[in-house]
Amino acid sequence: MSRYSVEVSVGIFVLVGAIALGYLSIKLGKLEVLGGGGYNVVAEFDDIGGLKAGSNVEIAGVEVGRVTGIALDNYQARVTIRMNAGVELQDDAIAAIRTKGLIGEKFISITPGGSEDIIKDGGKLRETESAIDFEKLISNYVFGKV
Amino acid sequence: MLSIFQRMGRAVLDALRGMGRMGTFFATSLYWTVKPPLKFGRVLRQISFIGSKSIPLIVLTGGFTGMILGLQVYYTLRKFGAEAYLGPAVALSLIRELGPVLSALMITGRAGSAIAAEIGIMRISEQVDALESMSLSPFRYLMTPNLIASLFSFPLLGAIFNVVGIYGGYIVGVRLLGLSSGTYFSGIQDFVEMGDVTDSLIKSACFGIIVFLVCCYQGYYTRHGAEGVSRATTTAVVMASTLILVWDYFLNSVMI
Repeated sequence: MSRYSVEVSVGIFVLVGAIALGYLSIKLGKLEVLGGGGYNVVAEFDDIGGLKAGSNVEIAGVEVGRVTGIALDNYQARVTIRMNAGVELQDDAIAAIRTKGLIGEKFISITPGGSEDIIKDGGKLRETESAIDFEKLISNYVFGKV
Repeated sequence: MLSIFQRMGRAVLDALRGMGRMGTFFATSLYWTVKPPLKFGRVLRQISFIGSKSIPLIVLTGGFTGMILGLQVYYTLRKFGAEAYLGPAVALSLIRELGPVLSALMITGRAGSAIAAEIGIMRISEQVDALESMSLSPFRYLMTPNLIASLFSFPLLGAIFNVVGIYGGYIVGVRLLGLSSGTYFSGIQDFVEMGDVTDSLIKSACFGIIVFLVCCYQGYYTRHGAEGVSRATTTAVVMASTLILVWDYFLNSVMI
């Protein structure tokens, strides 16, 4: 086999392998290659339940961003959200932590507000709704606080 | 009576010596790998041999593995009414476990045996000694290209195996069993994380080193003519396959 055809066959192999690797890590592994457009929004919650970095952020069930960071700030959970470019949030939009199905993963559902003011990069979602804790709910019911 | 103990002692000593020789062999290979100049043409040829020519085999086995997984997992999940999780189940078992392990086993059978036989025949026909007598290191010409080619090819072949397998599962789950393709792929995207993909690559690279080490070592220390070559090749394949599974367990217990 001549050197040329060896190089061609290695080239094909590397190309196919790189495509497979890229597919796995970018499409499935959600590796952020390009920082891309988008902007950051901060929201503070009393209780985030099982929300994790990488969780979805949805408006009307459509994915519009991801949770990029979670930190504790003054005994409240401070969640950083990376919103996709082109999606605007009013400053009275409500961020609520919801669960997919009964045992599914947690995500943030944003309900758009009616205000004229649009949140800028680094802005804050003031209206938040914590994760629903089923045990607390049941205990409230049992001990008659409902 | 004494002879039994003698034989036992001999067996233990032989095993120890084998391990020691393998360790030195690996260290020497590493030394020649980092020491320039690199025989780039030979590296390319080995990548072509281990990597490019394994693609059809990997695509075939990967596709069928994914299809079997699709069928089996669908059958199991249906008992819980959780068919929607077919995608993540297939993708995670492929990426985390079956992709690296099965592709490594297939490459061992295809390329590992050939490497062991090639080096073994060079050893018994005294070509290795000829290299040494010309003061050319057999490590630079034979081992280093194989080591680099394995390290490079195994992860790529593993990735190809995973992707083809996921689409094999797609063919069975979506096309034949009637799951919606959105459920299949979005499920995979929700549950597969970058960590799973890197774990898969690390595993593949480790298996590449194991296969290289065992096959080249067995070939390099071949003795006793044609029969020795056949024994070296068999031992190389059996030992590499076993070590892949054993090492897989330890890697997993560290990674999970």
